[in-house]
Order: sequence, then structure tokens, then C-alpha cells
Amino acid sequence: MGSAGGALIKPVEQGVSPLSAMGAVFGRDVRVAFRQRQDLLNPLLFFVMVVSLFPLGVSPEVSFLQQSGAGILWVAALLAVLLSLDHLFRHDFDDGTLEQLVLQPQPLFLLVLAKTLAHWMLTGLPLVILAPVLGVMVHLDGNSIAILCLTLLIGTPVLSLIGSIGAALTLGLRSAGVLLSLLIIPLYIPVLIFGTGTVAAAAEGAPVGGYLALMGAFLVLALTLAPFASAAALRISLSNS
Amino acid sequence: MWQWFHKLGSPKWFFGIATRFMPWLLAGGLLLLAAGLTWGLAFAPEDYLQGNSYRIIFIHVPSAFLAQSIYISMAVAAVVTLVWRMKLADVFVKAIAPVGLVFTFLSLFTGAVWGKPTWGTWWVWDARLTSMLILLFLYGGVIALDRAINDEKSAARAVAVLVLVGVVNIPIIKYSVDWWNTLHQPATFKLTEKPTMPMEMWLPLLLSVLGLYLLFGWLTCIRMKTEILIREQRTRWVRELVMAGGK
Repeated sequence: MGSAGGALIKPVEQGVSPLSAMGAVFGRDVRVAFRQRQDLLNPLLFFVMVVSLFPLGVSPEVSFLQQSGAGILWVAALLAVLLSLDHLFRHDFDDGTLEQLVLQPQPLFLLVLAKTLAHWMLTGLPLVILAPVLGVMVHLDGNSIAILCLTLLIGTPVLSLIGSIGAALTLGLRSAGVLLSLLIIPLYIPVLIFGTGTVAAAAEGAPVGGYLALMGAFLVLALTLAPFASAAALRISLSNS
Repeated sequence: MWQWFHKLGSPKWFFGIATRFMPWLLAGGLLLLAAGLTWGLAFAPEDYLQGNSYRIIFIHVPSAFLAQSIYISMAVAAVVTLVWRMKLADVFVKAIAPVGLVFTFLSLFTGAVWGKPTWGTWWVWDARLTSMLILLFLYGGVIALDRAINDEKSAARAVAVLVLVGVVNIPIIKYSVDWWNTLHQPATFKLTEKPTMPMEMWLPLLLSVLGLYLLFGWLTCIRMKTEILIREQRTRWVRELVMAGGK
């Protein structure tokens, strides 16, 4: 009797492996995003506008722009990612998709990781692709631009990953946007320091391998830890609503 | 040990214990702090380089100590909140986060006042100052998140997650900020080395640090008791307590 009762309980959704579930979540997020293309463009426009404020607001001198261009681009990219984070879980939260995701038999942190990677591909990666154009506009030389793009390429996924924790924590709260920035900006500081530091070192002709390795370490750390924290935060936020 | 741990989960039990310990914490804290500050401010020898201006160290270092250890203790309590769902742990986090913010601000402020005569400027973007500033931001984020969530239980758990994410980041932030060259003098207390300052300066500093820790303990008890009363206002023991006039 006991063994027969045990056999009745079948593993749910036996066929779907965690990896293909991740693929499905990733694909869905990309498809949904491409149906609202304006949302994809907005962070990029914001990025360009913030960068162009600096020559206007501080100084259009070539020497100033060359010296601080990498920092300006990094700060602008950071703010652009920060602004886009609100969208990461918001729509899915509003229409109930998120609750379905939490109920899936696959581990939630993997699904969150898939969503975060989709977010990076839709905001971080376009920023990296756009960065050389802006780099030329702030008079960075070719080598600096290449290094800058490399640091952005390693750094923006870290921004998305850390940001996903903040987005999950502030889900469904009043004035979530400002709160999200307050929580996340202090955690972004190391990435910013090393991102701009690498470009500065490259401009002085110093070897940058060590800096890039450290940024890679940040990425690995964020990849391994951030999804767990966001998944925990998502469960809390969903139980709250 | 486990029985004690179990008891710690009971707000009522803690309320009684805290009431009993508070006078001792207050008396000890005031005594040590008064002794340390009087000794330090009035009797300790002048610094040969900085003159009397170095005396702000007797406030600066204790508050910087507390600012950091409060965050660490919050992180420990956050683990307890997430793993054992112990009520008192999140009362603790909620009670001491603003205290930590104040001490961080105090250490930054006294540092600025000290920096003016010593370095000739209120503020430098030096490694240790900057990491304290970031610590201030972290405290601000914790308090803001706690205030933003209405439901007590979710607020406690969300704050616990944030505190833990912060505590993983603190060494990284500290390391990356240290990456700049530093203007600040190295740490005052090191367990492994003999103090570089003379005994007459070091001892009063130790007294003020210990005194401030005890005062912090007293303050924590008050704040936790208030929070417990608010949370347990519908329970019988709180009603009886209030009816009896707080006795």
C-alpha cells in the first residue's frame, strides 16, 4: 500500500530540464522586449544624453574630455542600466507571470539568472556597442576606446546581476525607482572604480591584464551569488503582495 | 545552550532581561566613557606633531569602531532572521540600523573636523573616508527599504537579504577603495602588533571605546524594548505591563 501510494506521486514536469527552462525564459523575455521596441531604445537614448551633458555642463575642452571621458561613459552606462532595472521584473509581477515562475519545479535562481542575462543582452550589450561612438565624441584614443569597451563588456553584466537583487527587493513598493537606486548604487562602486581604473591604467601605458582579471572575478562572483539573492528577494516580495 | 537560544526567541523574556541589564550598561558605559574622555581630553600628553587637535581621536575612533561593528552584528542577526525566523533578530536589526547610521555620520564628521587642522582640508577622497561614506549609504539603503515595506515580516526578511548582500560587498568595496593611495593613517588598534602610540594615549582611547560599546548596548536595549512593545501591543503581557504602569 505504502509503495503503491509512493508511486502515484510523479515528478512534475519531468521532461523539462532546468537548462531548457532557462532557454524558454530567456527567449520569452527577448521576444516580449522586441514587441515593445521603444523600451529597448530608451536606456540608449538616456546614455547618449547623459554623456552629452558633460561637455555642455563642464567643459568641451579636448584635454578635459580625454581625461574624464572614460569615467563619464562609465557613470552614464551605470545610470542607464539602473534606470532600466525597474522593467526587469515589473511587467511579469503585474500580470502574474512571476508567480508562475516561482511555482515552476526548476530552481528559481536559474530562471532569475536567465531573466537577468536577457536583461543584460537587451540593455548592457547595446550600451557596449554604442560606447565607441561616444568614445570618439569625447576624444578618447583608439586604444582607450578598445579597453573601455572591454571593461564595459565585463562590467555591465555585473551591473545587471547586482541590480536584479535591488529590483527584486523593491518589487511592488511605492517609489520603487528611487529606492532601487539608493540600494544599488553603493554596491556598484567597486565595478565603477575598476572599470575606469583599467582605462586610466591603459592610458598611462601600464599593463591592464590584472585589472581585467579582477573585473572578471567580480563577474564570476556576481554570477554565482546574485541569482540566489534575487531569487530569495523575489520570494519575499511575492509573499508581501 | 539551545534552551538559551530558544528563550532568546521570546520577546517577553528579552524584555525582562533587558530591563534588568540596562542600569548596569548605562552606569558602566557612562563611567568608562567619562574616565576615558577626561583622561584623554585633559590629562593625556599632547601629540608632538598635531598638538591638541589629535584629541578628537577619543571620539573619532570609538564611533568609527561602532559604525563598523554595528553593521557586522546586523549581518549576523540577518542570518538568524533568514535561517531561524527569530523575531528578536529582526527587532535588533531594525533597532540598531539608525544607530549605526548616526555613528557612521559621527565618525565622518569628527574626521572632517580633525582633517581641517591636520591635512588642511575638510574632506579628501581617501580610501578610508570613502569606504565610510559608502557604509553610510549602505545604512541609508537598509533604513529606506525597511520604511518602504509595510508588512513587518517581509520588511524584516527583505532587509536581511540586503544586509547580507551588503556585507559580502563590504570587503570588495574596501579593497577597491584602498586601491587608491591612502592619506589616512593606518588602523589604530591591531591585535597582532604593539600599539604605536604611547600608553598614556592608548589606554584612555581603549576606555572610551569600551564605554561607547556599553552605551550602545544600553541604547539598543531601549530601542529594542520600544520596538517589542509596538509589535506585541495586542498581547496580554504588554497590556498587563501598561496597566501596571510599566512596572
